[in-house]
Amino acid sequence: MPRMKFLCDAERCIECNACVTACKNEHEVPWGINRRRVVTINDGDPGERSISMACMHCTDAPCAAVCPVDCFYTTADGVVLHSKDLCIGCGYCFYACPFGAPQFPQLGNFGSRGKMDKCTFCAGGPEADMTQAEYNQYGTNRLAEGKLPLCAEMCSTKSLLAGDGEIIASIYRERVVTRGYGSGAWGWSTAYPDSEGV
Amino acid sequence: MTTIWRLLALCLLVLPLALAEPASAQQSRPGDAATVPAGEMQMFQQLQGNVEGRVSIPDQRAGMLIQPGGKQWRDFWRDTSPWVGGIAIGGMFVLLALFYLIKGRIPIEGGRSGETITRFGPIDRFAHWLTATTFIVLAITGLNIAYGRAILMPLIGPEAFAAFSEVGKLAHNYLSFPFVLGIVLMFVLWVKDNLPSRLDAEWFSAGGGFFTHRHVHARRFNGGQKLIFWSVVILGLAISATGYILMFPFTVTDLAGMQLSHVIHSVLSVILIAIILAHIYIGSLGMEGAFDAMGSGEVDLNWAEAHHDLWAEEQRAKGHVHSPHGRQAVPAE
Ligand code: HEM
Repeated sequence: MPRMKFLCDAERCIECNACVTACKNEHEVPWGINRRRVVTINDGDPGERSISMACMHCTDAPCAAVCPVDCFYTTADGVVLHSKDLCIGCGYCFYACPFGAPQFPQLGNFGSRGKMDKCTFCAGGPEADMTQAEYNQYGTNRLAEGKLPLCAEMCSTKSLLAGDGEIIASIYRERVVTRGYGSGAWGWSTAYPDSEGV
Repeated sequence: MTTIWRLLALCLLVLPLALAEPASAQQSRPGDAATVPAGEMQMFQQLQGNVEGRVSIPDQRAGMLIQPGGKQWRDFWRDTSPWVGGIAIGGMFVLLALFYLIKGRIPIEGGRSGETITRFGPIDRFAHWLTATTFIVLAITGLNIAYGRAILMPLIGPEAFAAFSEVGKLAHNYLSFPFVLGIVLMFVLWVKDNLPSRLDAEWFSAGGGFFTHRHVHARRFNGGQKLIFWSVVILGLAISATGYILMFPFTVTDLAGMQLSHVIHSVLSVILIAIILAHIYIGSLGMEGAFDAMGSGEVDLNWAEAHHDLWAEEQRAKGHVHSPHGRQAVPAE
């Protein structure tokens, strides 16, 4: 079984935001919710980098650890998903998540923030694969169709990689050796403390 | 007080979260052979805090790329909080059970006289029961969010548990308002009788008279009750304030501030729950005649003289003692 991961090669990201747009469009993500975003650090300075970030589908995921109703689960591919039927919108996953991935439809609305939404690695949710019910709540299930997440598939510079952790890590390592530099796989030491550094 | 120290230690533990500086300059330069795999790890070591940058979407909070503070909060929530709650609440149950086994129910000295004094009027009792009922629901729903996954979910299954928790969360949010109202009412009604006095020091040094048969003087509220009163006012309002910070995300503070508020909210809550358990015990099962004060509002004269002698004398002097038939008692000829 593969262990699905994301890897953003910051040396290649040109902040075009196509991944963000593709994600929103593919899953009909509502206004105000961003399953993926591009963050530019050291903006305007030498060493400026852009990093495309979403749920990293962590090993031993913090969101799952703190969820009061235990609504998260990890698929056989290592993708971290959650059930919106169980979610009570408490926001605890957002306190715990290192990457700010969980999103809420009504963040400022007291009483209820609505059901949490986040990147599914294009793998849908607990409903039956590729059904309308699954699409309505979680978006498309490209993994079930044998495809990889759209954000990475359509990245024009192939900065964002998605797929089995070992394969994408070896692609990245090869690049670093070839070009002679790299600023590390962003988020990997936090999301996958068990994997060797990349 | 050890609880205060425990709390301070906890605050110190999470303080670095609140003070964490956002990311600024300094990062490895491309092509610089000496700092090749630098990036994230190096940045963490330099900054010891959040990695933040600029985003081009409207939600500016999305600029936070990585927040290591979440790990400390998770560790508190998963590892520390069950101990704090277990020791405070479980410990109190054990103490009260022991106390009951050793002391039994404290009787009214000399039995009931039949004569009564009005202790709490309708407004007093309304304020008390408003606070008490909302507090109990808040406590149960709060404990459910904290420990329900481990205790209740295996018993009733994930679907029923999620449905219960969802309703519980709504109740927890909305009942906070009458709870605060109740505290404010009790504060206004009773603060003048709860100011510390020299009598309280004597009351405490005599152990409240619980273990001796010495008579301890007290006015309307004794030292122990004043302790309950101030715990409810101070802890109750601190819990409410931190709760509202969480209920209105990002309006008052940032993520680190919310994590800290959550830690304070949960630690103070289990402490207050433990204190209130002792209060409920002594106000019902633990002492004969005590519940009447908040039930009918009328306490037996003998009860009043045993526990609030100075207050009872005062009421008697004012002619506030009622005979069994509801007539105003007149001094015996
Ligand atoms: C079933 C639960 C409860 C019972 C049976 C109960 C009973 C009582 C009784 C009998 C009194 C009057 C004591 C006297 O005559 O001086 C009292 C007073 C008081 N109660 Fe409660 N109570 C309960 C819950 C609560 C809760 C949840 C709170 C606050 C969160 C609270 C706060 C107070 C305060 C501040 C006083 C006045 C100070 C004192 O007497 O200690 N009570 N309660």
